[in-house]
Amino acid sequence: MNRMTDTTVTRRQPSVLSTNKVLRNTYMLLSMTLLFSAAMAGLAMMFHVPRGTAMIASFAAIGLVWFALPRTANSSAGILVVFGIAGLLGFSIGPMVGSYLSFPDGPRVVGTALGGTGLIFLGMSGYALTSKRDFSFMGGMLFTGLIIALIGSIASIFFHIPAFSLAISGMIALVMSGMILFDTSRIINGGETNYIHATVSLYLNIYNLFSALMHILMSFAGGDD
Amino acid sequence: MELPLWMKISMALVLGFMVFRLWPAAMHQMKHGPKGSSQDWQAALLPLLMVIGFVVLLVLMVR
Repeated sequence: MNRMTDTTVTRRQPSVLSTNKVLRNTYMLLSMTLLFSAAMAGLAMMFHVPRGTAMIASFAAIGLVWFALPRTANSSAGILVVFGIAGLLGFSIGPMVGSYLSFPDGPRVVGTALGGTGLIFLGMSGYALTSKRDFSFMGGMLFTGLIIALIGSIASIFFHIPAFSLAISGMIALVMSGMILFDTSRIINGGETNYIHATVSLYLNIYNLFSALMHILMSFAGGDD
Repeated sequence: MELPLWMKISMALVLGFMVFRLWPAAMHQMKHGPKGSSQDWQAALLPLLMVIGFVVLLVLMVR
């Protein structure tokens, strides 16, 4: 019995160690990419980048996520791709943040959205870490929610209904919060062993949560229709 | 802030392609993904409800 316990302990130890390593590397890379993204957003605001250019930057980032990341995630080139994605997405959100900041209540709203995003991320990630539960069962619900939100977003591009686009932003904020729980739990429980993939997933959750929160808060502050 | 038509169409195309790419993963998760017990769902819904409450609080702060 004792021998069995010893074997279990020695087998479990490397797994726990590797999980901690993935988690540590993910958080370290995530914090660096967030800073880089913020710097790129600042650059886009400083140079008053047109919205068309910002949109092309976001499409390029999506292209990197779909086509470059799967090919480079297991090599050091993957880190460059992660910074590329974060830089391009930061650059693409710059004009939107800039236009929100130009409203009288803009700086307060952007600051609140930023702080809110940080607190939600810390809360959800902290909850997944401390509860150590496996939230992988949420995958079906979250993916379905994401697809519904995407279809809703397509509709809101062509039909300008403020209440509808507000509802879509609310749904995106909720799905992204759930995704933070789901992705952190996957790292802890060994479902995600590649810290480059884990960083991109968490980064995209934070990015979308921030955009959605900013839109919701701006709508209620009266700056966005 | 009305967007030009070419921007609207390209955004819709990219979002449509995202749906197309996510669809199989969503279907797979729905059919073969792990199923949670009622306790699991309670543990997941509690923080999500807290997020809703927190967002309402943020809205009240900026109004």
